[in-house]
Amino acid sequence: MTRLRPGDWLMIAAGLAATVATTAAQWGRAAPTLAQVRLDGRIVAEIPLNGTHRVAIAGALAAQGETVIEVEPGRARVAADPGPRQYCVHQGWLTRAGAVAVCAPSHISLQLAGPDSAQDTVAF
Amino acid sequence: MSAVVDVEPSARDRRLARYAAAAIAASLIEAAIPSPLPGVKPGLANIVILIVLARHGWRDAAWVSVLRVIAGSLLAGQFLAPGFFLAATGAVTSLAVLGALQTLPWRWLGPVGRSVAAAFAHIGGQLVLARLWLVPHDGLFNLAPVFFAAALVFGVVNGVVADRLLRDNAA
Repeated sequence: MTRLRPGDWLMIAAGLAATVATTAAQWGRAAPTLAQVRLDGRIVAEIPLNGTHRVAIAGALAAQGETVIEVEPGRARVAADPGPRQYCVHQGWLTRAGAVAVCAPSHISLQLAGPDSAQDTVAF
Repeated sequence: MSAVVDVEPSARDRRLARYAAAAIAASLIEAAIPSPLPGVKPGLANIVILIVLARHGWRDAAWVSVLRVIAGSLLAGQFLAPGFFLAATGAVTSLAVLGALQTLPWRWLGPVGRSVAAAFAHIGGQLVLARLWLVPHDGLFNLAPVFFAAALVFGVVNGVVADRLLRDNAA
């Protein structure tokens, strides 16, 4: 049998601590409080996640239609977008602070922000 | 008269080549194992690196590791592909940590502890490179618990395997 030496135990403990700490940071992330809608990187709408709202935004593809953001308590989604591939719509409801749905063809992004958001902005 | 210059390989050259061949074989076998997530890999070649480290020291281990990354990626057709740079970064960061730990006696820190430290250094370096270059978004760090858990498990397992191989074939 392998006999573990004191330093081995220390390393295993440190590795375990790092794993537990990162896991806890995931679970303990604060609930989102605000949906931020950006057009060309600038915030065009900030919607608190405490009620039900529907906001239509005219993005870069305004000729084909508007992008519709839907907010319910604690979550938000892109309900409709004129983009050809619908990635941001298929992403569905965003529920975690920091989560982002990007409608690239429309130049619109939807991001949930918490009371202590890990980042101020996202640049692409 | 032959114009060919014969370079006679030293015993150390042959030894390094043997170990490197074993490490390359280990990484090719591993490349055939499907992984649920890129980055979660057993790191079988690191068993060889640990054995070289214990028997012949850090310089030899570094040689085997570098040869493994370059020749292994050539054989897998990954040379200079993103996977190559990730492997190289992991190899460099784990070698750096193993080098720093060489100041500690093996009596106190054995193959298992060194293996765990190297595994975390490996995935840590790869995460930083991936964040800076391949996935420029902090969402990547959401996967950190998965990567760290894998590093812990595979680090311990590889360390135990290396320890057994070292003792079974003790000189």
